[in-house]
Amino acid sequence: MKSERQYIELYQEAGDLIKSKSCAVMNAVRDEAFATFERQGFPTKKEERYKYTDVDAAFSPNYGISLTPLTIKPSLYIYNVKDAPLDITPYYNRVANTKDSITALNTALVHDALLIHVPANTLVDDPIVVDNWLRGTAPTMTNRRILLLIEKGASATVIINDHAADKQRFLLTQVVEVYVQDNAHLDLYEIEETPPLCSRFSNIYIQQGRDSSVKHNAITLFNGQTRNLCDVYLKGEGAEVTLNGCAIGSASQRIDNNTLIHHQVPRCQSNQLYKYVVDDHAVGAFAGKILVDKGAQKTTSQETNANLCASSDARMYTQPMLEIYADDVKCAHGSTVGVMDEAALFYMRQRGIPEVEARTLLKNAFMGQVIDQIKFEPLRQRLYVKVEKRFRGELDKCEDCRLCK
Amino acid sequence: MNNGEKATDIGQRTADNGGNEFVRQVAEKKYEFGFTTDVHTEIIDKGLNEEVVRLISQKKGEPDWLLQFRLEAYRYWLTQTQPSWGHVHLPEIDYQAISYYADPTAGNKKGPKSVEEIDPELMKTFDKLGIPLEERLALSGTAVDAVMDSVSVKTTFKEKLSEKGIIFCSISEAVRNYPDLVKQYLGSVVPPKDNYFAALNSAVFSDGSFVYIPKNTRCPMELSTYFRINARNTGQFERTLIVCDEGSYVSYLEGCTAPMRDENQLHAAIVEIVVMDNAEVKYSTVQNWYPGDAEGRGGVLNLVTKRGDLRGVNSKLSWTQVETGSAITWKYPSCVLRGDNSQAEFYSVAVTNHHQEADTGTKMIHLGRNTRSTIISKGISAGQSQNSYRGLVRVGKLADGARNYSSCDSLLLGSECGAHTFPYMDIHNNTATVEHEATTSKINEEQLFYCNQRGISTEEAVGLIVNGYAKDVLNKLPMEFAVEAQKLLSVSLEGTVG
Repeated sequence: MKSERQYIELYQEAGDLIKSKSCAVMNAVRDEAFATFERQGFPTKKEERYKYTDVDAAFSPNYGISLTPLTIKPSLYIYNVKDAPLDITPYYNRVANTKDSITALNTALVHDALLIHVPANTLVDDPIVVDNWLRGTAPTMTNRRILLLIEKGASATVIINDHAADKQRFLLTQVVEVYVQDNAHLDLYEIEETPPLCSRFSNIYIQQGRDSSVKHNAITLFNGQTRNLCDVYLKGEGAEVTLNGCAIGSASQRIDNNTLIHHQVPRCQSNQLYKYVVDDHAVGAFAGKILVDKGAQKTTSQETNANLCASSDARMYTQPMLEIYADDVKCAHGSTVGVMDEAALFYMRQRGIPEVEARTLLKNAFMGQVIDQIKFEPLRQRLYVKVEKRFRGELDKCEDCRLCK
Repeated sequence: MNNGEKATDIGQRTADNGGNEFVRQVAEKKYEFGFTTDVHTEIIDKGLNEEVVRLISQKKGEPDWLLQFRLEAYRYWLTQTQPSWGHVHLPEIDYQAISYYADPTAGNKKGPKSVEEIDPELMKTFDKLGIPLEERLALSGTAVDAVMDSVSVKTTFKEKLSEKGIIFCSISEAVRNYPDLVKQYLGSVVPPKDNYFAALNSAVFSDGSFVYIPKNTRCPMELSTYFRINARNTGQFERTLIVCDEGSYVSYLEGCTAPMRDENQLHAAIVEIVVMDNAEVKYSTVQNWYPGDAEGRGGVLNLVTKRGDLRGVNSKLSWTQVETGSAITWKYPSCVLRGDNSQAEFYSVAVTNHHQEADTGTKMIHLGRNTRSTIISKGISAGQSQNSYRGLVRVGKLADGARNYSSCDSLLLGSECGAHTFPYMDIHNNTATVEHEATTSKINEEQLFYCNQRGISTEEAVGLIVNGYAKDVLNKLPMEFAVEAQKLLSVSLEGTVG
């Protein structure tokens, strides 16, 4: 049996229950999304953007679906979409690629959504932190939906942490839709520390207005299987986006990052820096596409992907792509897969640093380039420590989990 | 320096031209090599079925094993559909509207023995193409196995080569005279089931070249073949097989032009290269087939499978290609680095203009230890054309110490063209060092201004800058080709800037 069957049956049986627990805006697009999913099924490895992840296998175990309502501490800017301070119809399921099967499945099955709304010309100094805890007594599927709306001239920092609180098999689908309007600014951090039994499928869609800027960091410290998709649509002139990623894989973890930066208007800038260290049997994949539309002149774009394969069984796939239909542009990408600098190792060993220690130092320095770019100081400091612990093998479980303490 | 000399030379010429008149003239210039020859051609009726495959084999008097090879390929081809993953708009090809066999020497079955025996019309065609088939050959030291349509017309220098034990002949001849060699290597690098077009070629291939260099032999001259599509609606399916035995060296050149046609012409060739221990092969191509007119009508569909197998230790293979023609180019000259310490190189310049589309690149499959590969690709797009680089670097689990460097640059001339890069890297080994870099930009305004200031017209300046940009690749071409390729680059881009 192909694995989509159980999800189709699930929706046919529980569709009404999901609708009853949800709200009108979300129900409005649900049936259509389901129809899309039913028609397409799960993407196969023949689909270019899902080349490196076996979706079918990840979705094939029998999961129970979680319909637990969101618990939100009363706070400024953060809402359940049911209590949204504004009409979210023009935003919900709009920038998301509705043709993507995972997004369609999420839209069909999600019952609750989080809204982060920063009104115009509001500068939020403290970061908005979203902690996700995966809980369940049986294998559980969770569908998460987040809507981020940063209005004109506003500025915010959002940190999304992922943890699991129970030792269980989890499947997470996540769709994050981000609207950053004219002159607005957003720093978005996603930090994943989940146990090896977790599978994560996260699709982030970002739409930017004129002179806006977005910094997105995807940090995979510990995971089972992770697939992150990030699509950025630069729709206003002068918009700027930075996508950074840091992925550390060991044991048989799989990390697949897939990005698309779509330059639709002139004078936009994009930067990407993704770094991977893959050890043991881990598999890392990075595919990034820069798409420059006809007429999107004066585009500057830089894409860098550097990877370290630390064991002979580790595998790394990388695919940095440029698709350019305008002539007055400066676009470049670079990608490397390499080994640790033997000269540097020798130098350290000469000075009495044991080889293991020297290797850890080098790996740390390698990842440091990504962590250095994190603007929010306390987070940066914490990540330095965490990354080092990770390389020392001390972070073999999600450190912050209540269970693990 | 060379560039300096050229600059003054051009400066003097452009002084008389004045304005953009020259640019306009050149832009409106039609494809220079567009003409057809009136030679009686024996053509099999249009269409493709098992009978046609048998007929081709029968006409060529092939042994049974080759017929079975063709039939197996044909049956596999029937189960496949035309691939569409390339970044090109490949039309649905009507394979039944193509004739799969044309023989320009029909009625002269024994084959011409001297220059006089060759059809004079055919000779004129070669004259127009500038193929040095006669004495010019001796002077230039080139041996030509000229393929017009499907059957080899004339092969020169055979005696001189055979003194050294080198076999250089058409595939049909090789099947007759050296069946064991052909049987051993044919389809061993590109199996008939490799891909859709390889299966098609394996089923209906008409002719091509066969080269065998025996052990410890250095081929004394550059071997070259000129392919030419002539008869109307006749797809050409050549098959080239080069085997370079231990400790040997050969440099092979291939150049193409095709007459002007309105309908699309299909060209699905296969090139197979086998390189043994300590051997070296250099394969150079200048491809200048009819690219279609300025509105994108007509033009050749160039769908080629080229692959080299570096079987031996310390073997070396170098692909160099200059692609300026064809409406659609879809090809990836690849290398399988099987032998330890083997080395592979890929140098490419691809120019697209008007409505041309090119999706080209290479595959480097590292399997042996301490293997090295280099990829240098230069794409130039102008007009409304689309130019893509697509490449794969794969390092196998046992390929310790593999090293790859790839550099893909794209140059955009004009706001309506596109330049794309799709590199893939699959690394399964922790001792591999793989680097890839790519840039895309437009032609440097400051360089143009500098040239203009010194009296060099924009048109000439673009030619200069582009030639400088592609220098890394052009330098790798054998002398005769390098000169031709430089001219070709300038001609292909004329009328694009100004």
